[in-house]
Amino acid sequence: MEELGKYIGAGLACLGMLGAAIGVGNIFGSFLQGAMRNPAAAQQQFGTLIFGFAVTEALGIFSLLIALLLLFVV
Amino acid sequence: MADTNPIKQFEIHEVAALEIAGFDLAFTNSAFFMVLATVSVTLLMALATNKRALVPGRGQSIAEILYGFVADMVRSSAGNEGLRFFPFVFTLFIFILAGNMLGMFPYFPLGIEGIGWHGFTFTSHIIVTLTLSMMVMGIVVGFGVYKNGFKFLKLFVPAGVPPVLYIIVTPIEIISFLSRPISLSVRLFANMLAGHILLKVFAGFIVMLAGAGAAWGIIGVLPFAMVIGLTALEFLVAFLQAYVFAILTCIYLNDALHPAH
Repeated sequence: MEELGKYIGAGLACLGMLGAAIGVGNIFGSFLQGAMRNPAAAQQQFGTLIFGFAVTEALGIFSLLIALLLLFVV
Repeated sequence: MADTNPIKQFEIHEVAALEIAGFDLAFTNSAFFMVLATVSVTLLMALATNKRALVPGRGQSIAEILYGFVADMVRSSAGNEGLRFFPFVFTLFIFILAGNMLGMFPYFPLGIEGIGWHGFTFTSHIIVTLTLSMMVMGIVVGFGVYKNGFKFLKLFVPAGVPPVLYIIVTPIEIISFLSRPISLSVRLFANMLAGHILLKVFAGFIVMLAGAGAAWGIIGVLPFAMVIGLTALEFLVAFLQAYVFAILTCIYLNDALHPAH
């Protein structure tokens, strides 16, 4: 029973990555949209792009971490 | 049946035992790869720059590109004042990059007792990344207080907010500041961990299919192609995570230099 709950919990925790996926896609999509309109300004915003990506991705990684902890540690 | 446990690659083994005052300070495979990263980077930089040619050769170009890349990163996110932290950020970036890249070796023909035959990613251990990120936060807080005194607390009271909202905004800022070392370390650690587990899971499929007979073995070509693609992706992640760690360090240092913003 405990084993079952572990796997269900890991699966549920992975759902958290859905939000991160939408967020990361949104960031790169918006960046491309802006970059296509004004390619000259795109290069300077690369750092900002990566910063936004990193901050958003961290949340998905947290939920992945919960899943990994449930699978291999608990 | 081969051992296909994807977690086994992260096991720490003792290479040389060492105990000082009851503390177990054994030299492990993790420590070995940290030493290897430091030595290889030091050798690369020292050998590449010892000629100091006016027209750089191949080796010197690598060193100069790395230097210029990190210097631009520091300058664009922490300003010219931030360049005093250039050696720190450069060391962090190169150390993490070397660690991630050394971990990408699937096979390490050393055969030393405790290290075995496979590569080891020391950045896939939370204790390593947490130490690095606590070092960053220590410098941010220490230097921020040293340079700005009590004005460093302006970090938690952003300008241009209606006074009533400070009741909500200040706790949020404090929580976000306190969660920085956690998110900084967990991001690097979990990315490396997840990437390497993914590679080993797909590699396990090949072994399982090959073990199931000739007909299934042919289908094993599919996960093999997947592993090759994923390895290329992992190289990108290995670089990107080192870059992300370094650029976030710059951004946090910028807070210490200019807390009012």
